[in-house]
Amino acid sequence: MSVDEKTVRRIAHLARIAVTDEEVGPLGAELNDILAFVEQLGTVDVSGVEPMTSVLPMAMKKREDAVTEGGRAIDVVANAPETEDHYFLVPKVVE
Amino acid sequence: MNAPVDPKKLIKGGLHDWEVVIGMEIHAQVTSRAKLFSGASTSFGGEPNDHVSLVDAAMPGMLPVINQECVAQAVRTGLGLKAQINLRSVFDRKNYFYPDLPQGYQISQYKDPIVGEGEVLVDMLDGTSFTVGIERLHLEQDAGKSLHDQDPTRSYVDLNRSGVALMEIVSRPDLRSSDEAKAYVTKLRTILRYLGTCDGDMEKGSLRADVNVSVRRPGEPLGTRCEIKNVNSIRFIGQSIETEARRQIAILEDGGTIDQETRLFDPGKGETRSMRSKEEAHDYRYFPDPDLLPLEFDQAFVDSLAEGLPELPDAKKARFVRDYGLSTYDAGVLVAERASADYYEAVAKGRDGKAAANWVINELFGRLNKEGLGIEQTPVSADQLGAIVDLIGEGVISGKIAKDLFEIVWSEGGDPRAVVESRGMKQVTDTGAIEAAVDEIIAKNPDKVAQAKEKPTLLGWFVGQTMKATGGKANPAAVNALLKAKLGIE
Repeated sequence: MSVDEKTVRRIAHLARIAVTDEEVGPLGAELNDILAFVEQLGTVDVSGVEPMTSVLPMAMKKREDAVTEGGRAIDVVANAPETEDHYFLVPKVVE
Repeated sequence: MNAPVDPKKLIKGGLHDWEVVIGMEIHAQVTSRAKLFSGASTSFGGEPNDHVSLVDAAMPGMLPVINQECVAQAVRTGLGLKAQINLRSVFDRKNYFYPDLPQGYQISQYKDPIVGEGEVLVDMLDGTSFTVGIERLHLEQDAGKSLHDQDPTRSYVDLNRSGVALMEIVSRPDLRSSDEAKAYVTKLRTILRYLGTCDGDMEKGSLRADVNVSVRRPGEPLGTRCEIKNVNSIRFIGQSIETEARRQIAILEDGGTIDQETRLFDPGKGETRSMRSKEEAHDYRYFPDPDLLPLEFDQAFVDSLAEGLPELPDAKKARFVRDYGLSTYDAGVLVAERASADYYEAVAKGRDGKAAANWVINELFGRLNKEGLGIEQTPVSADQLGAIVDLIGEGVISGKIAKDLFEIVWSEGGDPRAVVESRGMKQVTDTGAIEAAVDEIIAKNPDKVAQAKEKPTLLGWFVGQTMKATGGKANPAAVNALLKAKLGIE
């Protein structure tokens, strides 16, 4: 599996990362190196092995249905570049 | 999928008849106190960003912890949809960028949802019913809310809804008309409300639909579909389907092709339009959320939830037909809301089921509709209405007087029996009193008496006069019998 320039630009756009024309080539090479590294896993025979998403041999922790948080709008918006009346303000987005 | 095509459901185009094929994704807000992965409140409204934890705001280092009640609610819903419950499911990240999605991804379920295939029995107004297949139900987070009308250059973002649990319920493309689609959503909403897993309040956005619409000539393979996003009322669901189907038919009959795309329904203009901005966003790059372990529970957990399920509308309807002798139509009306069904049963208990149904449906529901009230706000309690039904059954008041009594109880309250006593509304069954009235009328109208012998329909006039003379309180059966005897009418 290898990525071409078009794929690099697409991935960058999906991740909202600005990539210059000069960067596309080297980035593609880096991604291909990473993919080649990961490809080594393909040599392991995993037939009959169930895919796993976690290595932790434990059940997921669950919470009670109780309101224990909230009421701290000031903290929530504290780091926002722009706020008003505890709303986040962002450049206008309209459908 | 390939059931025989009902010609009545086809849409007439300029050239051909067309069949519309509809599938739906319903987003139902889970009824819970706290959010899916945080301890912030789910209550509607609130000051901006007040119901927000640092998890919901996606602050670095915060980890989601699942609310077990949301899991239970999803399982209950799956059981109510007669669906397969998956003892192991997985949460995935659905990646996209939007200001009201602070994580940059929605935690959802992709390949392994908590609930698999099920079905919903849908009832149509004409008494027919059909089954809609459910493909899956999965749990996911709601996004925040953006306000675009506060400022010319800024959107305002409130994360109060961010992280609230939603159930996405995906149907198979089993619907063939806007009426079927509306009936399906109505029924699904009823089931959710019975289960108590979603309040179904469409005005508050607790239930929204994404509607997939395509058209085809009958017998042909499925056409290309368009998805109409976020339709928030049952009426708009119907309108958007009609509008979209006609748009597609016009394109196809003109020799064009349909582009698969996401569209928005504009109720004001009565049209659907393309949401171009969403087109390229369809590459969501799902992958299992590394912050969350697989969701696992045992069959005993499912069984305990199954035991606690209430009687669902289909079962209740069948029982009403069987035990109270109701028509399927009346039973259907009564079970549409659990509160209505409970009210009816309180009235019907120990009484004539049909009479109780008539009073609940015709008088009470009629009056509530007129005043724009729900069953919860009825000024006439089930006990009061039951007493009115009893008074008719016992022959104490006539059906006509009962309507007056209902009005008095509606506006003034009180014990119906006491009202009947204190206002002298009792039916006169004392034949002596009725006979006196009848005799007087006969004595005053010799010409009519003579005519009545030739023309028995005049009996109605005599009945009317007698009722008038007795203030409407004479027992109609007794009046009829007396008059027939005295006038010599068979």
